[in-house]
Amino acid sequence: MKAGGALLEAEGLVRRYAMRRGLLGRAVEVRAVDGVSLKLERGRTLGLVGESGCGKSTTGRLVLGMETPDAGRVSFDGAVMPQPGSAAWRAMRARMQMVFQDPLGALDRRLPIATQVGEPIEIHGIGARSERAARVETLLRAVGLRPDQGARYPHELSGGQRQRAVLARALATDPALLVCDEPISALDVSIQAQVMNLLVDLQEQFGTAMLFVSHDLRAVRQVSHRVAVMYLGRIVEEGEPDGVLHEPAHPYSRALVSAIPHPGRAGQRIVLQGDPPNPADRPSGCAFHPRCPVATSLCARETPALKARPDGRLVACHVAHGEVSAGQGHARQEAA
Amino acid sequence: MPEAPLVITAPTAPTKTRRKAPPALVIFGIGWLMLMLIVALLADILAPYAYTALDLRNRLSPPILLGGTWLHPLGTDELGRDVLSRLIYSIRTSLLIAFGATIIGAAVGTSLGFLAAHFRGFIEQAVLALVDFSASLPFLILALAVLAFFGNSLLLLVCLLGLHAWERYARIARGLALAAGTQGYAAAVRGLGASPWRIYGRHVLPNIASTLIVSMTLAFPEVILLESGLSFLGLGVQPPETSLGSMVGYGREYLTRAPWILLAPASTIVLTTLSVSLIGDWLRDGLDPTLR
Amino acid sequence: MLRFLATRLARAALTIAMVVTFAFVVLRLSGDPAQIIMGADAPPEAVDAFRSAWGLDEPIWVQYFSYFWAILQGDLGRSMRDGRDAIVLVTERIPATLALTLPALAIKICLGIPAGIYAALHRNSLADRVVMIIAVAGFTVPSFVLGLLLVLVFAVQLGWLPSGGQESWRHGILPVITLGLGGAAVLARFTRSAMLEVLGQPYIRTASAKGVPWRAVVTGHALPNAAIPTVTIIGFMVGTLIAGAVVVESVFSWPGVGRLLVVAVANRDLAVVQCILLLVAITMVCANLIVDLLYGLLDPRLRAAPRKAA
Repeated sequence: MKAGGALLEAEGLVRRYAMRRGLLGRAVEVRAVDGVSLKLERGRTLGLVGESGCGKSTTGRLVLGMETPDAGRVSFDGAVMPQPGSAAWRAMRARMQMVFQDPLGALDRRLPIATQVGEPIEIHGIGARSERAARVETLLRAVGLRPDQGARYPHELSGGQRQRAVLARALATDPALLVCDEPISALDVSIQAQVMNLLVDLQEQFGTAMLFVSHDLRAVRQVSHRVAVMYLGRIVEEGEPDGVLHEPAHPYSRALVSAIPHPGRAGQRIVLQGDPPNPADRPSGCAFHPRCPVATSLCARETPALKARPDGRLVACHVAHGEVSAGQGHARQEAA
Repeated sequence: MPEAPLVITAPTAPTKTRRKAPPALVIFGIGWLMLMLIVALLADILAPYAYTALDLRNRLSPPILLGGTWLHPLGTDELGRDVLSRLIYSIRTSLLIAFGATIIGAAVGTSLGFLAAHFRGFIEQAVLALVDFSASLPFLILALAVLAFFGNSLLLLVCLLGLHAWERYARIARGLALAAGTQGYAAAVRGLGASPWRIYGRHVLPNIASTLIVSMTLAFPEVILLESGLSFLGLGVQPPETSLGSMVGYGREYLTRAPWILLAPASTIVLTTLSVSLIGDWLRDGLDPTLR
Repeated sequence: MLRFLATRLARAALTIAMVVTFAFVVLRLSGDPAQIIMGADAPPEAVDAFRSAWGLDEPIWVQYFSYFWAILQGDLGRSMRDGRDAIVLVTERIPATLALTLPALAIKICLGIPAGIYAALHRNSLADRVVMIIAVAGFTVPSFVLGLLLVLVFAVQLGWLPSGGQESWRHGILPVITLGLGGAAVLARFTRSAMLEVLGQPYIRTASAKGVPWRAVVTGHALPNAAIPTVTIIGFMVGTLIAGAVVVESVFSWPGVGRLLVVAVANRDLAVVQCILLLVAITMVCANLIVDLLYGLLDPRLRAAPRKAA
């Protein structure tokens, strides 16, 4: 492990998909991720928030090297990410893992939990064979499962227990990085808090860095050391969780925060005008301008860059940086 | 026309364990199949005569119930060969061919399906083009053409028959592998760093095994029917080997004088295909109601 | 729609090209046709003469292209037995085969589909069980057994109908029944399961709960949706109009294309075999094309979205 330097560095990631519109339509390019850069230090958590379709899941996959970016690069611990599927990439899996949204889908329904938790150990040949069972038991305990539950099959466990099993499996090789893609969305609300606390505890115990991808701003705030807000494939704001939550700088973040129900707060709920964005039909200039309550004509022309404010917050907004005074919002010109 | 009941039950979820005993017909099917397997395995012990043994003095003698003797319980054919013995050996030949063909077909089809799902791109298109090609010709015609070109050997017959349903296995394997691969357990295991061999061998294959087996049980009787048809036409199993179909073919000449020559193998064909079909249907209903 | 048609046509053409290539490859792989036809003990000069007469001594690429070219021009070679054009031999037998398969197709559709629908609508009733038993019998009893049984009963024992040949229209009754019954059973079974699957859908229950009379639910919702997979099977049956009677023609000594094929295979008359192969492939491909078009018309979902590869 290199001393100093970020664990994970992604620069200018772009991921495009070609979609065909209808039977006779032209091929349309969808930019799921359009120039995302991020850095993650060892043992820290970066939260990635945004609506469905904003590209956060794709970013998670790019960061792990499960997909190759069309532009930009990912480096892990100073080394460039190898091609997915190659032997070098497979060997790297021991150091980075993913936790999925659907724990039932991520587990093989024919094998007991203990076998699956132990599988990464088997694949990467860690430790002596005789120690493996003990290691599996330790892992199960660490995630709050009883060792006898290891003999159960996935469908015999509850949703929360399954997610714990998936976590145990992800941590089996003691990875340096864990990417969690909506890990609690499929769970009951009462279980969500438990799993969140577990994640925080595990990070303390194992020192794992985490990329926490979610649409739930509150959950992200709970576990993250830094939060990044994504919109239509770009990061529009990045900063300390409390800062972003209490004083959002970007109009989109403001709308997101205002949507969080807060008992006792009589704040104004910002309702965005316009339709949810279609990644296949990107607006010109700032992608958010058609729905932005303070958009100006500059916003329709020029794409704002993600720049740092004096207080350290990163924002991609002309208005937020004071380049132009707040406008009244911009009616969207319908494309011909 | 009586009114159909308004209560239409939704299809029940698939259960892994079978709770009820199988219906009577299925039990009969299993029993018959067991009998056929025993006969096939113990053919040498059970058959009273060799299947080519001639008994020219007792040509065309009828079976027991039609006035024959216990010397030849099911009668004899035009050369005095014992029908019972020939039947026993035919069962063995036909079952052997059917088993071999089904397994070959399943192996080839599943492998191609996995290859298509794993590599995508050109290889997948090539496999799909092959599927198109298979679907463009009724299998009997294809088989006849190959037999015309290559002559006849038992090995060729088995391989050829095996390929009659390969695209079903390929479709199943490809479809389920793709589903597992993008969002499912196969993607997860791949993310763990598993090699493709491990992914397909230890995870995908065991999970699709039950669907494949159901397909195999449904394809098995088709192979028997195909082989019987080919042998009936004289183009399948060649003498001195004998199969159920070829017995029917030979017996055709003597339909009027000695119908027992072809009735015995014909009913065996029907009962065996019936049994395996019943078992296959029942398995399918129990394991995978989505497959209809 | 035009693009859809174009892709389907391209695929159809590709499939036929594959069949031609397959025939060629298999033909060449199977050894020296000249040697096979002339026999093992023919003098070498006679074999060579045969070979050059049939153009078998040129490099393989030349043979392939001249083969392809000849086929495109409609020249499918001569029967190696009597020297007549293969394509003439085959086409002159088509009417005889159609005389069996067309009425049989009518029987299959007119018997099978109503039986299947009725069985599905009256599930678990006596009629349903009877239909199912007959359907299973149709599937498990091979056509040659059924044919021979019919001959045994109607020709031999009862003497009502002739047992073979093509002298009069009465000779066609048993073969047509044999073909028709078997197919009707398959179609009944299939239609029944397609209907059952549709009837189990939530929208049927909703329509019924809305107060739509059951008859209207069936004709307006169930039947059209069940028609889609059924059309595929009928398409397949249409595709086998020429080749579907191979066994039956042999049982009844009916001089059609199927019987010709069997004889040609036995004699290894390769030109005739590959001619029939091509003819069958073309028929199937056309039938599949029509089915695909019908699909596009019947299933509105397919009109909007691009067709997935099978």
